[in-house]
Amino acid sequence: MSTTKTIAEYAAEYGLKPDEYQVILDRLGREPNYVELGVFSVMWSEHCSYKSSRLHLRKFPVTGDKVICGPGENAGIIDIGEGPDGQKLACVFKMESHNHPSYIEPYQGAATGVGGIMRDVFTMGARPVALLNALRFGEPDHPKTKRIVEGVVAGIGGYGNCVGVPTVAGETNFHSGYNGNCLVNAMCVGLADADKIFYSAAPEPGLPVVYFGSKTGRDGIHGATMSSAEFSEDSEEKRPTVQVGDPFAEKLLIEATLELMASGAVAAIQDMGAAGLTSSSVEMAGKGGLGITLDLDKVPQREENMSAYEMMLSESQERMLAILKPGREEDGYRIFKKWGLDAAVIGETNTSGHIVLTHKGEVVCDLPLGPLSDDAPLYDRPWVEPDTQAPLTRVPVAPVGDALLTILKSPDMASKRWLWEQYDRHVMADTLADSATGADAGIVRVHGTKKALAVTSDVTPRYVQANPYEGGKQAVAEAWRNLTAVGADPIAITDNLNFGNPERPKIMGQIVRAIDGMAEACRVLNFPVVSGNVSLYNETNGVAIPPTPTVGAVGLIEDYENRIGFNSLKNGQVLILIGDTKGELGSSIYLREVHGLEEGAPPPVDLELEKLNGDFVRSLIHTKTAKAVHDLSDGGLLTAAFDVAAASNVGIELKNPTDLEDHVFAFAEDQARYLVAVDEASAHLVLARAAEAGVAAQTVGVATGTDLVLAGAASLSLEALKQAHESWLPAYMGA
Amino acid sequence: MKAAVLVFPGSNCDRDCKVAVETTTGGHVDMVWHQETALPSGLDLIVVPGGFSYGDYLRCGAMASQSPVMAEVAKAAERGVSILGICNGFQILCESGLLPGALLRNAGLKYICKPIELTIENRNTRFTSAYGDEQTIWMTQGNADGNFFADADTLQSIEDNGQVVFRYVENPNGSINNIAGIVNKAGNVLGMMPHPDRAFEPSLGSADGAPLFHSLQRLLQSA
Repeated sequence: MSTTKTIAEYAAEYGLKPDEYQVILDRLGREPNYVELGVFSVMWSEHCSYKSSRLHLRKFPVTGDKVICGPGENAGIIDIGEGPDGQKLACVFKMESHNHPSYIEPYQGAATGVGGIMRDVFTMGARPVALLNALRFGEPDHPKTKRIVEGVVAGIGGYGNCVGVPTVAGETNFHSGYNGNCLVNAMCVGLADADKIFYSAAPEPGLPVVYFGSKTGRDGIHGATMSSAEFSEDSEEKRPTVQVGDPFAEKLLIEATLELMASGAVAAIQDMGAAGLTSSSVEMAGKGGLGITLDLDKVPQREENMSAYEMMLSESQERMLAILKPGREEDGYRIFKKWGLDAAVIGETNTSGHIVLTHKGEVVCDLPLGPLSDDAPLYDRPWVEPDTQAPLTRVPVAPVGDALLTILKSPDMASKRWLWEQYDRHVMADTLADSATGADAGIVRVHGTKKALAVTSDVTPRYVQANPYEGGKQAVAEAWRNLTAVGADPIAITDNLNFGNPERPKIMGQIVRAIDGMAEACRVLNFPVVSGNVSLYNETNGVAIPPTPTVGAVGLIEDYENRIGFNSLKNGQVLILIGDTKGELGSSIYLREVHGLEEGAPPPVDLELEKLNGDFVRSLIHTKTAKAVHDLSDGGLLTAAFDVAAASNVGIELKNPTDLEDHVFAFAEDQARYLVAVDEASAHLVLARAAEAGVAAQTVGVATGTDLVLAGAASLSLEALKQAHESWLPAYMGA
Repeated sequence: MKAAVLVFPGSNCDRDCKVAVETTTGGHVDMVWHQETALPSGLDLIVVPGGFSYGDYLRCGAMASQSPVMAEVAKAAERGVSILGICNGFQILCESGLLPGALLRNAGLKYICKPIELTIENRNTRFTSAYGDEQTIWMTQGNADGNFFADADTLQSIEDNGQVVFRYVENPNGSINNIAGIVNKAGNVLGMMPHPDRAFEPSLGSADGAPLFHSLQRLLQSA
C-alpha cells in the first residue's frame, strides 16, 4: 500500500463513484480506514449489490404454489412433492456467471465458477445432483478463442468430475461479439428435504461463528470489483484477482457441511463466495438484524503476514462460515477433523448492529451493518429504447441440401461432443438423459424415487440482440418448451443476465427490455424466477457482448418411465409438426450461416400459443401417444428432423404441405413448435385431437430408410450429415 | 450377500456402488471409512469405488493405497474374498499391488466420458459367470487415467493366465492390448475402468453391468 494515495483516491481505484464515496462519509461521519473502504467497495460493487439491475429485477414474478424460497438467498428452492416415505422434497438451484475470470484465466475461472455455484446450493442443505453450463465464446478465428475453449472446458470438467456431480446439459455459442468477453454461466441443481433447509440469517446473539474449509490466501482479492468493470487491453494484468480452485477440498466441504447439518449443530450458514469473508459475515449478521465480531488472528491462513484487508477481501475458494447452536463446537470439530478440514471459531454474534474486526489486538474495522446493505446504491440508470431489427424484406434462396450441410457444420450448430465427452455425465448413477442422449433437456432421477428432474439452459442471443423484448420472451419460452418436450412439468427458472456496461443508455435499454420480455413470459407460463445472477460490464474497449440473458430451468417428471426424448423414432412412424409455420426467418441460423446476414426481426413469441401447444404435446407424452418429441428452434424443421434421425438412427422423408417455399419451410424458426413422432395408426386421432384443442398440427413426414429427405428439394445420406455435424469441433480443436 | 464399499476422501461412486450391489443382489452393504483398521466380519465382497481419492493429486490411487483399510483389504484378498475395483478403485488396486500393471494418462490426454463396448474375454471368472452368450456388452466409462500398461513379461503372464476379463472393442485411451479389466492370478480380485455401477438397470442406458453382480451372487449360491 503506497502512502502517497489518499483514501478517496483508493475509493476511486476500487470502483466507488464519488457520490457513492460521499454517502459513506455521510453515514460514518468520518473517513473510513483502508480496511473499511475495502469492505464498502466490495459490498457496493455491481456484482454484490445489483445496484444497476435491482430496480428492474423486481418485475420478475417470484412466487407461486411450488416456490419455497425465491431470490435473495444463496439459491432458489421449489417444492417437488413427496418422497416414498412421505418426506417433503425440495429442489434447490441457481445459475451464476464467472465471465470475467474465465476470460483472464480460462481453466481456473471456469473451475471456480462451478465450485462457487455448487457451494450456493449445498450451503442451503441440498446435495448437488446436476450441473449445467452455458458457454459463449468469440468467433473461432479469433486468436484467443481456441485457448479459452480449451481452458474453460477443461476447468469445468476438472472441477465437476472430481467433486462427482454429473454435468448433464448445456449450450455453446461462438460469435465475434464475445471476442473480448467470453461467458461462462454455470448452474447447479440440488436436492434437499423441504423441512431441512438452511438459511444465512444469524438467529440470535452470543453464538459462535465458525470458519471451516480451505485456508485463506491472497488469491482473488477484489475479484468482485474486477467483475464490475469493463475490460481494456491491460485486463490480463488482473490475473492475480482470479481464484484458484481445489475440487478435492470442495468434495470434502460438501460431505462435511451436509454431515454438520445432519448433526443438528448449525444455526445459520453461508459460503464465502464473491467478496469472501466480508460478504458472508455482513450478510449473516445483517440479515439476522444483529452484529458480529471477528478476530482475524484466528482465521486459518495459507500465507504469512496477511493483512486484515487481504483476509477480508480474499476470494480463496472452498470456505464456509457457520453459526453454530450453543455448545455445539465439539460436534463441528469432530466432523471437520474427520474430513481433514481447517476450522476455527473466529467470532461471535452480538446485538451491536456493527461488524467489528480485530487484528493483532487492534480494532481494524468498525462499521454499522445498516449502511452496508440498506444504503447500497440503487440506480435508476437512464436508458433509451434499444435498437431493434426491422422485419425482413427479402429472403435469399439457397439449395436446401447444401444449406443444411452448411448449417450442421457451423460452429453454433455443430455437435459439441468434443466438449461434453470431457464431462462426467453419469456419476451418481441417476442420469437418465444427458448431452449425448438425444433429448431436449437433461434428466436426473430424484434418488430413490420414481420422480425425475428435467433441466435445461437456454437463450438465443441473436434474437435478444435483434429485439431485446421478444428475445427475452423467447429465452424463457424455449426453456419451457425444452422441459415440455421431455415430458416434464416446467416449474421455475433461474436467470443469469449477461450484458455490457449499464452506464450506457442503449445497453441499459437492452437490460430493461429483456427483463420486461422475460417477466412477461414467466407470468403467462406460470414459470417464476427463484434465483438469479447479473453480470454487467461485459465489454472490452467499448464493445459490448450481445445481450445474453441465460435462462436455467427446472421441471418435474412424476414418473420417469414417462419421460421421452428424440432418440426413439422407429421406422414407419409418422412425424407430425405441432404449431403453425408462417415462415419466420428474421435473425435465423439460415440467414446467418448460409447467407452471412445477421438481420431481420426475430420470430415473435405468442405466449398463449406456447402454452396451448406445449400443454397439448405434454398430454401426448403422458398418454404415451408420442413416441419421440423434439422442439423446433435454431435451424428450424429440417435441422430438428436431422437431430431426430441422427439420434434414432433412422432416415426421415419430409414433405412440404404448406404454400411456403421449400427453403423457408425447412429453416423457418417460428416459435411454439414441436416435431412429434406417433405410430401410423394413431396419427389420425392425434390430428383430430389437435383440431379439437385448437392446436395447429399437420403430418410432415415418415421415418424410413437411411436418408434425410425433403421431397423435391433435398436428399442426403444420414451418414454424410452426421459426418458434417460431428467433424467441425474436433477439427477446430485439433483433436 | 454381505458387501462393503470403501470410502476414501474424494470417493464419489461409493453410493453408486452400494446401490448397484443392493439393487442387483438384494445384499447388505456397509460403507467402510478408509481409516478403519478392521473390516466387517463375513464379507463376501469388497468394492473399491471410483472417484478422485485424495483428489488424485499424486498418481491416481497412490495415496489411497496407503490408507489403513487397504492393509485389511490385502488380507481379505489373500483369504479369497471377492474384491472389485472400479475406475479409481482399479487404480488403487494396482497401486497397492493387488493387481499387476498400472493406469496411465489417456492417450488423448483428456478425460473421456462415453458409453463403451466391451468384449468378455474370460467367462469363467467369479465376476463373469452369469453373462450369457452376448458377443459384447456396453457400459459407460469416465476417466482421465484409464490407459492400462504393463511391462512385456507381466503382460505376457496376464494374457497367458487368462487374467484379461474385459477388452475394449474400440480402444479409447491407448490401453495395451485393449485391456479394460483384469483379475489377479487367483481370480478373486477384479479391476476395471468402465462402470458396472452405472449400468445396472435399463433406465441408466444399459443393464450390462448387472450380470457382474449376479455372477458374485451365483458364487455364493454354489458355495
